[in-house]
Amino acid sequence: MAKQIPLVDYLSLDGEPHLVANECTGCGARYFDRRNACASCSGTDFRKATIPTEGELRAFTIVSFAAPGIPVPFAAGVVDCGGTSVRANVINTDPDPDHVTLGMKVRLATYVVGADTEGTEAIGFGFEPLT
Amino acid sequence: MASDDVWILGIHMTKFGKHTDKDTVDLASEAAMAALADGGVTMKQMGVLAAGNLMNASGGIGQQLQKQVGQTGIPVYNVANACATGATALRVAYMAVKAGECDMGLAVGVEKLSGAGLLSGGARKDDGDTWTPSGRYGAVAAVDGRIGTETMPGVFAQVGMEYLHKNAYDGTSFELFARISEKNHAHSTLNPLAAYQKKFTVEEIMNDVMIAYPNTRPMCSANCDGAAAAVVVSDAKLKTLGPDQQRRAVKIAASVLTTDPWEEACQILPNVNSLTRLAANQAYEKAGIGPEDLDLVELHDCFATAELVHYDNLMLCPEGGAVDFFESGASWRDGKTPVNVSGGLESKGHPIAATGIANIWEVCHHLRGEAGDRQIEGARVGLAHVIGLGSACGVHILERAA
Ligand SMILES: [Zn+2]
Repeated sequence: MAKQIPLVDYLSLDGEPHLVANECTGCGARYFDRRNACASCSGTDFRKATIPTEGELRAFTIVSFAAPGIPVPFAAGVVDCGGTSVRANVINTDPDPDHVTLGMKVRLATYVVGADTEGTEAIGFGFEPLT
Repeated sequence: MASDDVWILGIHMTKFGKHTDKDTVDLASEAAMAALADGGVTMKQMGVLAAGNLMNASGGIGQQLQKQVGQTGIPVYNVANACATGATALRVAYMAVKAGECDMGLAVGVEKLSGAGLLSGGARKDDGDTWTPSGRYGAVAAVDGRIGTETMPGVFAQVGMEYLHKNAYDGTSFELFARISEKNHAHSTLNPLAAYQKKFTVEEIMNDVMIAYPNTRPMCSANCDGAAAAVVVSDAKLKTLGPDQQRRAVKIAASVLTTDPWEEACQILPNVNSLTRLAANQAYEKAGIGPEDLDLVELHDCFATAELVHYDNLMLCPEGGAVDFFESGASWRDGKTPVNVSGGLESKGHPIAATGIANIWEVCHHLRGEAGDRQIEGARVGLAHVIGLGSACGVHILERAA
């Protein structure tokens, strides 16, 4: 199998793919990026928190114009994963309002973004309909 | 006896649209000189200049402008605050007068955007030869479009859709937003300074080019060129000026600027709601009025999906009631609370740094009874709102001179 690297460091490919957030030990606020201090309580201690892989689509759009290399149209949205909001595309379904609907149940899914010159595959994630 | 009120003495917006024969400084000069003339004052009387030009924020537009309209040695504040840049410039001049640093100040916002493509919310990173994690997400390739969208039409589309989901709307969302756009385009036909003065049917809007569902092209703010400027004056100074200047002066009953307070999902989807509600609350309290007292509102309809949520954020309706508010016809120019009678950003246009002063110009125009065909009769008090992603929100409440 080709060597793999996650598209972003908060996607964990250990075992079943899942997302990992930096959680403030003071107030529980979660961040997917590196933070110098917590935007909610200004605390500086963080621990890793595993995000549930299933959730509900709370908002979406279907984007028709994007940067070169990004296939359009695609559905982008916000998924509520057990109280943690996650930004992602809705994948493995047609990007139209008949197939992508507010409140739909979805689960995390991964795909290959592409391979670099050494053959390493970058692995991206999205959410697919839970059927 | 003078109060500590601050007034708008003169104000101007240029025609919005394509100005091929004018550069940024030409447009800024046109707006500044016309605002000074409108107030019956000159550059020599200004004690402060605040200026914004977001697309060239490091260019020092304030000093560039001085070289065209008057280098008098006064302090210049060049400001940049996304789409709230113009409102921020005005508020800087307002604060200088309020603090007693000077008795008159000039605020200017200018932008040249004609031909610009869709604005992205973040910088894009090129995909390299070998995957190397970088940045605060340790990303190995560009994430915009792969992990959701950072494009403005897409972000604001989600803002509107989220509102409908939260409030259990069971109608056709696409058509609802198209009808909001229909209203603003209809309003624009009465505004000769609008970039576009074209009426659209709901069908035409829905069948136009889809940008980011449910926003089609006519539902997006129009990129264009334009400038706006305002002269502010202290109450004490105003009392020494002529009767016409005093009669036409418009009181800044509230000037508020907020940023987004932390909330769970704000790291994922910019929250344009809380900071607007925060600003509106502060503004109503400072002005001593409520939303029911407003005769007109110019709010930041950068996309049709945004206008809906701001009915609620500005408390023009009960919480959760934005759809009912719109369906009642309240936001049409003959409704209870006319919203965006200028045509809004969707048709008037959105030269970013000019917008936050141009919407105040629109309100002042009505309060002075000078709005011609589109005059809201008897307008006494109005509100102007802008929001810049990131985020910054400006709310100004304006009152006619008694
Ligand atoms: Zn915290």
